Amino acid sequence: MRRPSLWIVLALGAALVLAACSTGSQEPAPSGGEYGAGSGDGGGDGGGAGTGDTPGQAPGGSQGQGTGMGQTPGQTPGQAQSTLQAVLRRGRLICGVNGALPGFSFLEEDGTMSGFDADFCRAIAAALFDDPEAVEWRSLTAEERFAALQTGEIDVLIRNTTWTISRDTSVGAEFAPTTFYDGQGMMVRVDSGVRNLEDLAGATICVTGGTTTELNLADTFRALGVDFTPRTLEQVDAVYTAYEQGQCDAVTSDKSQLASRRAVMANPDDHVILEATMSKEPLGPAVRNGDSAWFDVVKWVVYATIQAEEFGITSGNLDQVLADNADPDTGNPDIRRFLGLEGNFGEGMGLSNDFTQRIIRHVGNYGEIYDRNLGPGTPLNIPRGLNNLWTRGGLLYAMPFR
Amino acid sequence: MTRRRGPSTPAAARPAAAQERPDAATARPRAGAAGEAWRWLHRNLFSTWYNALLTVVGLAAVCGAASRVGRWALTAADWRVVTNNLTLLLVGPYPRDQLWRVGLAVLVTAALAGLTAAAAGGGRSGVLMRRAPALAWLLAPLAVLWLVHGDGAVLDVVRTDRWGGLLLTLMLAAVGIVVSFPFGVALALGRQSTLPVVRAVSTACIEVVRGVPLVTVLFSTQIMLTLFLPEGLRPDRVLRAMAGLVVFSAAYVAENVRGGLQSVPQGQIEAAAALGLNGAQTTFLIVLPQALRAVVPSLVGQFISLFKDTSLVTIVGLQELLGIANSVLANPDYLGRYAEMYAFAGLVYWLFCYGMSRAGRRVEQRLGLGRR
Repeated sequence: MRRPSLWIVLALGAALVLAACSTGSQEPAPSGGEYGAGSGDGGGDGGGAGTGDTPGQAPGGSQGQGTGMGQTPGQTPGQAQSTLQAVLRRGRLICGVNGALPGFSFLEEDGTMSGFDADFCRAIAAALFDDPEAVEWRSLTAEERFAALQTGEIDVLIRNTTWTISRDTSVGAEFAPTTFYDGQGMMVRVDSGVRNLEDLAGATICVTGGTTTELNLADTFRALGVDFTPRTLEQVDAVYTAYEQGQCDAVTSDKSQLASRRAVMANPDDHVILEATMSKEPLGPAVRNGDSAWFDVVKWVVYATIQAEEFGITSGNLDQVLADNADPDTGNPDIRRFLGLEGNFGEGMGLSNDFTQRIIRHVGNYGEIYDRNLGPGTPLNIPRGLNNLWTRGGLLYAMPFR
Repeated sequence: MTRRRGPSTPAAARPAAAQERPDAATARPRAGAAGEAWRWLHRNLFSTWYNALLTVVGLAAVCGAASRVGRWALTAADWRVVTNNLTLLLVGPYPRDQLWRVGLAVLVTAALAGLTAAAAGGGRSGVLMRRAPALAWLLAPLAVLWLVHGDGAVLDVVRTDRWGGLLLTLMLAAVGIVVSFPFGVALALGRQSTLPVVRAVSTACIEVVRGVPLVTVLFSTQIMLTLFLPEGLRPDRVLRAMAGLVVFSAAYVAENVRGGLQSVPQGQIEAAAALGLNGAQTTFLIVLPQALRAVVPSLVGQFISLFKDTSLVTIVGLQELLGIANSVLANPDYLGRYAEMYAFAGLVYWLFCYGMSRAGRRVEQRLGLGRR
């Protein structure tokens, strides 16, 4: 009596398994085919247009499962439709930040996100919505940041991420202009008399083990032909403790980290960060590969902050500058174009023409952002160095607004 | 130090204390309180020369450590990092003009606890009093969720990215504990099932989850899940963390409950069958009540550890209590105030874990665990 029911159950199970497997394996084919047939709903403006495998476009929802599977790195669902449209429709920007990096992103007492990276998120939100607080914050760890970017969890990653060739190419991130040129530096005691790396001949130098910092240190000193004794410690805290206890003559790390550690030492003024930079750590916003409309927005928001500083336009004098340049005949044509009084640059990008005004009004120019978060008025007090305008010996150079 | 060997845990000490009580009671009227205290000291701390030595050395060590910690806490420590950020630590970036909702949710929870305690302690005064706690336990969690999250109509929605601090810790822990319990019981029953497929699936679920660290489960739910789910279906981040905690906890609850199931004598099941109860009735009326009663201590232990495990969600970027603490420490105004911040966080965790432990002991006593 139990035989037939057993067979029925087995047959049903087999059918179920077959069905599940076949939808899995056949899935890329139909979605590709439908793309070829030209479902046409907004497929044009994605920068990566022309790549055939953009699933998620299939109108028949039944084929839509598991879209993450058959994709090459950097290809994401929703790519055929620009992130820009998605963000505008959502009404807020989802910005991936560190959330616990002194000076760059941290929570203020009132629960607002603050810091240098956070202000660039605000600048983008200001450009899009005229509201710098239209941001949803995502604190990300180093491990999950690129996964979060690729899966569309976040719109833009502004989390002290170094622009490297591997991340730009194989990881599938696209880097907007660098907002902070960090680099490996060296901190010594003021009374040691050390003023440059060559003075450190024979010195003991504290360094965190297993990092590129350790390798850079060895490379730099070998190139200089200077002998030194590395003292390698595994814990970042231990490195600075050892340095403070005098177990080593100098300590090396990224300059921004040196600055934040120096700020909490017993007597910060007893220590000095040398001018020399031993490695390149360009930190800037990153977006998904193959979405040039959105990439353009992020890129030109960064340029706008830099250009505003170059023009000397601040959140304080913006209205004055606008009034001074209101007349098409007497106003400075470069500034008029930059502020959107002339030309159609903002709308050409999908924003409003006054997007630079919005950024400056709500967030300020690059110099204001820097000073507010890292400048002399803050405990970090990181010198501008490379992060100065090209006209003042730095590397900040905005492409022309014309 | 030596005091710890004495009768400090009430549950363990009860039989011994009961034996000594007549002696102590007769001694009291004659020797008075001072004599009683001296007798206690002599018996527990200075009974032999080495016990006396241990007592003195232990006291010295405790005093030394306490005075150092005390001096640090009162002079060197700068508690502004905690006091100035207290709201942030408690609720994270929750909108400040909506804080009353969290307060109300706390009140609801307190009322629920009070009602439960009253019902448990007071006599059986009518059907209403007996039914009220059960009803409240069904409604209160929903009310709390509604208050904290909102519905978009009456209360504005507060998105989960604005949840943080202790609020997020408690939400994660509460959901993890409450939801993982039925799943764990189901898995335990499934593993004991006579149906081979059910048994195999349950066993596989339990063993796979128990075989990986919680960090892995959390990473999978945060990152990998989004790769496999269809586009548009992107569960909330906090929800995903809750799912990870539930899955992880359910596997451990299942193993605890399985231990309880195995402790129920076969005779009970046979007796139930002899009375004419069917399988489901036997399980739910005879086996489970006895099994669950037996595993209350280990379940409480599991839930305490789940509460502490919620701190691991910081590594997937959720800012619960410890995540907020890290973020506050990145504020240039409070750079380097690690000791104060972690001391505070540790104290908060301890308070809640100790509270759970005490509540668990009350439940054990009410169930008469270890006595019948």
